[in-house]
Amino acid sequence: MIENALGYPILSILIFIPLLGAALLFFVPGRNKEMLRLTALGFTLLNFFVSILLWVNFDSSTYKMQFVEKSRWIPSIGVDYFLGMDGISILLVLLTAFIAVIGVLCSWSAIEERVKEYMIHILILETGMVGVFVSLDLVLFFLFWEVGLVPMFFLIGIWGGKRKLYANIKFFLYTLFGSVFMLAGIVALYYAHGSATGEYTFNLLKLYEVTYPYNLQWWVFVAFFLGFAIKVPIFPFHTWLPDAHVEAPTAGSVILAGVLLKMGTYGFLRFNMPLLPEATVVFTPVIIALAVIGIIYGSFLAMAQKDIKKLVAYSSVSHLGAVMLGIFALNQQGLDGGVLQMINHGISTGGLFLVIGMIYERRHTRMISDFGGIAKVMPVYSFFVMVIVFSSIGLPGTNGFIGEILILMGAFKASTLAAVFASTGVILGAAYMLWMNQRFMFGKITNRENAALKDLNLREVAILVPVLILILWIGIYPKPFLKLSAASTAHLIEVVKSRTTLTEVVGDDTWAAHSAHAAEHSPAKAGHGHAPSAHKGEDR
Amino acid sequence: MIELAWLIPMLPFTGAVINGFFGSRMPKKTVGLIACLVMAGAFIISSSLFIKILSLPVDQRSIEVTYFTWIASGAFHLDIGFLIDPLSTLMIMVVTGVGLLIHIYSVGYMHEDKGFWRYFAYLNLFVFFMLMLVLGGNYLVMFLGWEGVGLCSFLLIGFWYEKKSASDAGKKAFVVNRIGDFGFVLGLFLLFWTLSSHGVTSLDYKTVFASLHHIDTATITVITLLLFVGATGKSAQLPLYVWLPDAMEGPTPVSALIHAATMVTAGVYMIARNNALYAMAPISGEVVAVVGICTALFAATIGLVQNDIKKVLAYSTVSQLGYMFAAVGLGAYTAGVFHLMTHAFFKGLMFLGSGSVIHAMGGEQDMRKMGGLHKHMKITSVTFIIGALAIAGMPPFSGFWSKDEILWEAFEKGHTIIWAMGLLTAFLTAFYMFRQVFMTFTGECRADRHTQEHLHESPKIMTVPLIILAILAAAGGIVGISFFEEGTAAHHFLSPVFEQGGHAAANVGGHVAQNGEALHGGMEAILMAVSVAAGLCGIFLAGLLYYAPLKKYAPSFWRPEVIAAAFKPVYALLYNKYYVDEMYDHIIVNPIKRFCGWCLSFDLGIIDGIVNGAAWTTRLWAWLLHKFDIYIIDGVINSAATFTGYNSGFWRRLQTGRLQNYALIFVIGLLIIVGSALLG
Repeated sequence: MIENALGYPILSILIFIPLLGAALLFFVPGRNKEMLRLTALGFTLLNFFVSILLWVNFDSSTYKMQFVEKSRWIPSIGVDYFLGMDGISILLVLLTAFIAVIGVLCSWSAIEERVKEYMIHILILETGMVGVFVSLDLVLFFLFWEVGLVPMFFLIGIWGGKRKLYANIKFFLYTLFGSVFMLAGIVALYYAHGSATGEYTFNLLKLYEVTYPYNLQWWVFVAFFLGFAIKVPIFPFHTWLPDAHVEAPTAGSVILAGVLLKMGTYGFLRFNMPLLPEATVVFTPVIIALAVIGIIYGSFLAMAQKDIKKLVAYSSVSHLGAVMLGIFALNQQGLDGGVLQMINHGISTGGLFLVIGMIYERRHTRMISDFGGIAKVMPVYSFFVMVIVFSSIGLPGTNGFIGEILILMGAFKASTLAAVFASTGVILGAAYMLWMNQRFMFGKITNRENAALKDLNLREVAILVPVLILILWIGIYPKPFLKLSAASTAHLIEVVKSRTTLTEVVGDDTWAAHSAHAAEHSPAKAGHGHAPSAHKGEDR
Repeated sequence: MIELAWLIPMLPFTGAVINGFFGSRMPKKTVGLIACLVMAGAFIISSSLFIKILSLPVDQRSIEVTYFTWIASGAFHLDIGFLIDPLSTLMIMVVTGVGLLIHIYSVGYMHEDKGFWRYFAYLNLFVFFMLMLVLGGNYLVMFLGWEGVGLCSFLLIGFWYEKKSASDAGKKAFVVNRIGDFGFVLGLFLLFWTLSSHGVTSLDYKTVFASLHHIDTATITVITLLLFVGATGKSAQLPLYVWLPDAMEGPTPVSALIHAATMVTAGVYMIARNNALYAMAPISGEVVAVVGICTALFAATIGLVQNDIKKVLAYSTVSQLGYMFAAVGLGAYTAGVFHLMTHAFFKGLMFLGSGSVIHAMGGEQDMRKMGGLHKHMKITSVTFIIGALAIAGMPPFSGFWSKDEILWEAFEKGHTIIWAMGLLTAFLTAFYMFRQVFMTFTGECRADRHTQEHLHESPKIMTVPLIILAILAAAGGIVGISFFEEGTAAHHFLSPVFEQGGHAAANVGGHVAQNGEALHGGMEAILMAVSVAAGLCGIFLAGLLYYAPLKKYAPSFWRPEVIAAAFKPVYALLYNKYYVDEMYDHIIVNPIKRFCGWCLSFDLGIIDGIVNGAAWTTRLWAWLLHKFDIYIIDGVINSAATFTGYNSGFWRRLQTGRLQNYALIFVIGLLIIVGSALLG
């Protein structure tokens, strides 16, 4: 059943376009590589336009789920095919659609073997990622979550580097390990909701309505935490990330950093916080501590790396720590910053992996010491690298700054000490990134192989220009992006606050009080959960 | 005119974009022309804005302009907008005016460089960010400019990026500045959240200054100190000054514009802008003043023994910035900003002059290899000496008025120690500046023959800016002379901005003109004479050491080598800049590097070790189970099977299927039965 203003199931279209593309690719002869690439590009582009259509039709004034689709799937156990999207998921869907196009484009000349299978995997991966962000049924969510794992497994396993087997098994099993706990958590919630209301369902919006006993919340939080923390990854669950990144092909790294990691942080926003608000408040200090450790520890590790891809991978640990810090600051600025920084990290770190891929294609090495003086032979390339590096270290005027300043601002309110420590990450970030930049781009050309390097071609420039535009756009005029998620983040805080005694724990938050919208739509004030009327459209 | 204010930063920005993207394909002439034209445009608009502000009644001289929303999150809302008031208009005049001259000079200075277009793109971009910094109407727009100038500084210090020392210096500048920004940002957060708990959710200057009464003294002291940490980074004060001397790796006009005239004064501007906050936190003010004057003296002592023509100027910049901080720290904002302006003139002039010298010397920067250059480059020499006279505080040059005002304010407010340190610094400044003048321009030329043959005055495009700056350095003090009864022109113009700060300062001394004019006049004249005497002393002593006609009158112990030998440890200490860089490397940089290594081992060994260990344990367990399965479980089954097989193998011999066997058994059986019957 479709319940949206558009009158057609736009979210299903978004999910199934890549799948259709993958199916179609089966019939394209494997020899015709150009045809395969163009087909894949066509489908990812098509999906990107559909996502823009979503953006145009999205109503950012409400936190409610939009473009909702719902039909019975496995009625006997209460599983629905239930899709919908709010301000947080739309940003991530836009990011996914964007990164998928970039992923196809950056594999154009890097992948020459088994192009057909490669493109099929990328398209299936896109389906999985979009599915994760728009599923409102826990079983459906879990399905997409696991679907995303498989193509990634093959992308690393087939097109990966020297230690791909080790990295791949580690990545797959580690994630799977977390997923098992997550599944257990889902089932626990299912029974808890069933026994409380008599209705056994995996419908997320219905699960939201019940306040679960604290003990259950605690255990389910831990289970979900394991699932999501490994994906983010939060310190100390991060060690799979550098290995996976180093071995993955460029597009794999771009998608991994750009989107897959966000599935973890998204999980916290979509499940832990609204479903388990009391446990959220209890675990907040722990998560903030882990996030801050991640920020600093990731920076130190990045500084010690010799492999440029590992350096960026560890910088991801640091940046994702910042995202977690913002989210668990549990106030408007922190949460807005955290959500925006998820997008920013996708663009900036995705961009870094792109430029690393471009140089790897030319030199087949990623050791920083093999480079030096690249700025002289590849000025255009260097320009893009510099812009992305400065975006990554949060220079004002770039996207990174907006996210970082909001996160730190929010964190300062939640815990001054955490903000002080996290702010040192700003110094360390500049140190390791500029040091890398210097060893990589500056100095004299000492390695003869670097002297003959060709600067970027038109296709590569065409990939990087959109990245550049987004970096500056979000840096200078972030309002359209912040506005998209504002209502949803405000509501999320309201939910967590109203169901707990958060005001006493985190302090008097003048912000949420100001967001008139949230106050208006907060039926939860009187008791707990949403008033059923709030979801008139979606709930069945 | 106000409507055109946005053009002031946007013109240089446009220049940067055009030169950055298309400059490599354009002739150098066009690149230079574009860069200078946008600067000229910005300067003309700035001047008319300045005149416009002057024409307005005093109480209407503060205008807020808002362009668009930058960041909005919850109630936190921030615009891109400007605050146009006497302070910011004065700053944009300095930035665009001196900037224009340095752009013109650069066209000559850089004409042989391959990165000509890149240079001008960066330089224009720098001016854009600098203008955003001073025009910004709220803290974050200021911070945008603040970090942006840092970026351009990074790019321009490392302009010759193939040189390791240059890219090192660029990186060092950026990272050290980030350490300062760390404090700055925390200060902003504290300010914001403190105000927000009283319902003020803006970071606009006007709103913030109007709601300061909500904040208690302790909090505002912390805020102002944190903001000052940012200023020590950007304006190269103790203990974060270390990046500025290294920044001399950049092209010399860059040193003039960024590392003398404009960017490094941002910290002084920031404190002057926040005078209302500092007025409420007397302790912070004193900290600022003490750090400032200590830096002034500290850097001046290092400047005494440096031999690199640019390094001397760099340390003198650090020292002069210290003066400015001493002034603003004591609440003498007008004096500080006044010195900021005159310093932009004379220090910009001297850097450009040193550039002209380096140009003539074919890149040589060591003063020990110079000498006698006056003969070859009269304009450079004369203008440089004017700059030196200004910085040495000789009347009637600009530096005299501004420096004297600072010293007077310190003395008058009862900070005798600060005054004394300032006086000592003035003496040292005069000494090392004239040491430089004498070593460079007088005596015999110590350069090699080849260089001597090529000595020449710089082209007009470089000397004309020198002459204009020399005029400004000579006469720029005019706004600081008390023509009017109620104070100087500078006071008159700037005091409305510092009103809030001034009120608080008035308790300690404040506006002098009104109270006790006679005392003021008499005492000030005496102090003026003292500081001029100190300056003259410095010049004279330098002359005895380094100026040939005077040298013969010097006593035998008064020779550079003798003094250096007599005070060897002190000399070594100063020559090596108190070993501060080495200390930082030893105490901070190296331990951090080592710590990174430990973290890596920890990560690979322990954390990843646990993950891999878990995997290995699982595999070990699987292997054990596998063996158990093979030998025990399967063993039992196989044994049973073997036993059965063995057993049946035995019995199956009975079932051979051969008739003869059966017949045999039959016969044997029959025989047994018959036999037993017979026997039994």
